Amino acid sequence: MTWEESDMSERMIRVLVAKPGLDGHDRGAKVVARALRDEGMEVVYTGIRQTPQMIADAALQEDVDVIGLSSLSGAHMSLFTRVMEELKKRGMDDLLVIGGGIIPDEDQEELAKVGVNAVFGPGSSTQDMAEYIRQHVGRQA
Amino acid sequence: MISGLEEGVRAGNLRAVARALTLVETGGRDAEDLVADLRPAARRGHLIGVTGAPGAGKSSLISKLAKEYRARGKTVGIIAVDPTSPFSGGAVLGDRIRMQELASDPEVFVRSMGSRGFAGGLAAAVEDAAVVLKAAGKDIVLLETVGVGQGELDVAGKVQTTVVVLTPGMGDEIQSIKAGIMEVADIYVVNKADLSGADAVARSLHSLVDQPGTGWERPIVLTSSVDRSGLGLLADACDAHLEFLRTSREADLAELDRVQKSIVSLAERKLNNDLGSVVSPHRLRMLATNVRAGTMEPREAAQEMIRLLVAAYNSASQEESEAREGTRDLPERAGLSNGMAVSQAK
Repeated sequence: MTWEESDMSERMIRVLVAKPGLDGHDRGAKVVARALRDEGMEVVYTGIRQTPQMIADAALQEDVDVIGLSSLSGAHMSLFTRVMEELKKRGMDDLLVIGGGIIPDEDQEELAKVGVNAVFGPGSSTQDMAEYIRQHVGRQA
Repeated sequence: MISGLEEGVRAGNLRAVARALTLVETGGRDAEDLVADLRPAARRGHLIGVTGAPGAGKSSLISKLAKEYRARGKTVGIIAVDPTSPFSGGAVLGDRIRMQELASDPEVFVRSMGSRGFAGGLAAAVEDAAVVLKAAGKDIVLLETVGVGQGELDVAGKVQTTVVVLTPGMGDEIQSIKAGIMEVADIYVVNKADLSGADAVARSLHSLVDQPGTGWERPIVLTSSVDRSGLGLLADACDAHLEFLRTSREADLAELDRVQKSIVSLAERKLNNDLGSVVSPHRLRMLATNVRAGTMEPREAAQEMIRLLVAAYNSASQEESEAREGTRDLPERAGLSNGMAVSQAK
């Protein structure tokens, strides 16, 4: 088995919580970061004003299992799509990708097409999010 | 054995480096083998530990020091350690936030680590991570930890150069800061030197510049994000210390002492683990009951535990030599794997 194929899923779950674009409201992202920490995960939080390249590079260096993308400004379609493109360029399209923030239901199908696996809108339970991660983490087909 | 990972790391493949770092964090046989295989390629570069109280500005300082080294044509790896929650085992790793200026530089690799409950201790895990980054070609590896506790002192024993970061306002407190971390420092930095009180802190450090037993005089460097010249001096001080380590006989002996302490500590840890595997909780309970009832001396109980351990080692080594002779399949024996077999006369 090559190192690309090996499954190291007994290890700690590492999550990247990122805010792409110019949206500066990060309270929600920080709440999620702390909640996932309380669920026993390691959460790399990179702050606000991240470009899609910065997010993909961080995900690569930190070897995360999950990326949580937060968007409250309505720019989620273009931003999340660009993040997915940057991940694909780095050979990382097997990660679990979760969207959060203000994302209308009708956009979720479009997002799913570009590879966003789930969306947790405002009022979502962080425990549900953690459970979803635990069930779906590992190499995505 | 996970194939291709060693080659990937040495080629500087970013995904391989990231996966290797995860592997050494997770630990286990494959991780130990990988580190052993990478060690020859890691006998280069400079591992610099940056430590100090929370709020001293370590992350920003490291970011600026990395930029300084980049301007000097060096490649940089950064390991940033944050505390793991003792309750949940999770962590928020937020040091990258203060290193944004490095984000677009492909020659800088930043990795965040939780302090976790590493089986071999934080220091061992961090040392292994540094081996990976050095083997991948990084000239400078900067390690950030919070400077309190024995764990962090152990980390200081693993790096080549320890930088301790202080801030103005600590003037009177210098003397009461845990002696340990001030003593392991190779370089003192007074950060946020644009604030008042910086000179007072620098002055109170003057009595501490002589490093006992090595002949090294600790530089005191004032740095500030306002005035960038401090960073050049800090890089110079680090380079000077590396040169000192290479040429000084006392430093060489001090390093040999550290390696010695480290392997003793590893052996102690292994004995401890094996004792725990070999003496069952039930057996231990019985021994404790006997000692409390007065039918056994504490020393006898301890001796009994050691007897069980030795018997287990002998039995394991017997099985290994039988396996080598082909007379028996080698079973998995928890806690008593490889390396402890004493060679038996055939």
